[in-house]
Amino acid sequence: RPHNLTINLYLTSSTATRAKMSAPAAVRVIGAFDSPFSHRAEVALRLKGVPYELILEELHNKSELLLTSNPVHKKVPVLLHGDRAVCESLIIVEYVDETFDGPRLLPSDPYDRAMARFWARFIDDKCSKPFWLAMWTDGEAQKGFMKEIKENFALLEAQLEGKRFFGGDTIGLVDIAACGFAHWLTVCEEVSGVTLVTAKEFPRLCRWAKEYASDEKVRACLPDRAQMLAHFTANKEMFMAMAKSMLPK
Amino acid sequence: MADVMLLDFWASPFGQRCRIALAEKGVAYEYSEQNLEQKSELLLRSNPVHKKIPVLLHGGRPVCESLIILTYIDEAWPEMMPLLPRDPYARAQARFWANYIDNKIVDCQTRLLTTKGEAQEQAKKDMIGALKTLDSELGDKDYFGGQAFGFVDVAFVTLTPWFYTYEKYGDFSVEEHCPRIVAWAARCRERESVAKALTDPEKVYEIVQEEYGAN
Repeated sequence: RPHNLTINLYLTSSTATRAKMSAPAAVRVIGAFDSPFSHRAEVALRLKGVPYELILEELHNKSELLLTSNPVHKKVPVLLHGDRAVCESLIIVEYVDETFDGPRLLPSDPYDRAMARFWARFIDDKCSKPFWLAMWTDGEAQKGFMKEIKENFALLEAQLEGKRFFGGDTIGLVDIAACGFAHWLTVCEEVSGVTLVTAKEFPRLCRWAKEYASDEKVRACLPDRAQMLAHFTANKEMFMAMAKSMLPK
Repeated sequence: MADVMLLDFWASPFGQRCRIALAEKGVAYEYSEQNLEQKSELLLRSNPVHKKIPVLLHGGRPVCESLIILTYIDEAWPEMMPLLPRDPYARAQARFWANYIDNKIVDCQTRLLTTKGEAQEQAKKDMIGALKTLDSELGDKDYFGGQAFGFVDVAFVTLTPWFYTYEKYGDFSVEEHCPRIVAWAARCRERESVAKALTDPEKVYEIVQEEYGAN
């Protein structure tokens, strides 16, 4: 190969690299259609006014991009920011809050931040599983999970006293964490035939769910309800089998 | 009541995380040993949701869950010895690995110590896999965050006295699979805050056998 051609190629590629680094890094979300976790990543970006590209995964056929971006868990969502990969939805929300300008997603006071993190973790660690099992199991087991999730919802109900959102006047980390109870819950109730949340028992939670789901930025990244309903209906048997397999032997 | 109080249990690796963080930050606090069989009014009032230690009380206000307490300590006393890095991406990675430790390692530990037969074999495989993942993440760095002792180190080091117990129950050698983790643990133990907080590994084994029945 001629000597001068080699030098030209080298100069071209390093110039290109420098140009790429000085431009604002592209933001992409690897998500899945009706995943509340995926929604959390999207809504955080929308609340900050950060444009992003959404890459939808078929979870039974995971892409090379997902598998290399989240090699440890191989799960959605993943936030790709330039060449960075941020995994785990609540970690993504905090990263978005710290990286981009715009309305705060977490409070500024350290104690209030600790409280927000506590309730966000509570939702993931104590509510997700009994909620799911209350929907898709039956008999005595179902009654037990129903009791458990209602007790936990009562704690969330109490947190909403005198507040429009868990975050106060604006949507914050806990609201984002609780998104499943705003949009997914009624779809699950409709498909399973199980009523978990009534306005009589949980007036604040019901009001909050409407407030959250009707927010313009939230709405833009909520999955279409009719599509979700069809999808959940088609998968009902599978959900029930999954739930049964999660029961202690 | 002292301005800072820690409700804790002497052998708890989760409580020990908080003790290490407070010591590293040079924060004076009152340590309050809790009776987990007969929980105090103060503990039940401070952590009504989970009723667990550790609980950090700062000016009387409770903070619960050890990783949340660590982050709080870092944010409330920011000038001294930062535990989390300043860069948001590095912070996200630190949180990711701390979560991994709490979800994977603790889950494997429970299964390894409380199951038998095939279930225990699987727990052993999973534990070795998880420890190797952490060993790989640590790589050739001095600490998980790089050159400075930080968040992930505090989160993981208090579980290292449990390695001896994992080895006894699972019949494997942690050092054989994760030599870098073992070296890292020794490096961390050189710090006074860590040396003071950790339970002796033989003692952990004794407690576990009492709690779960002999191996």
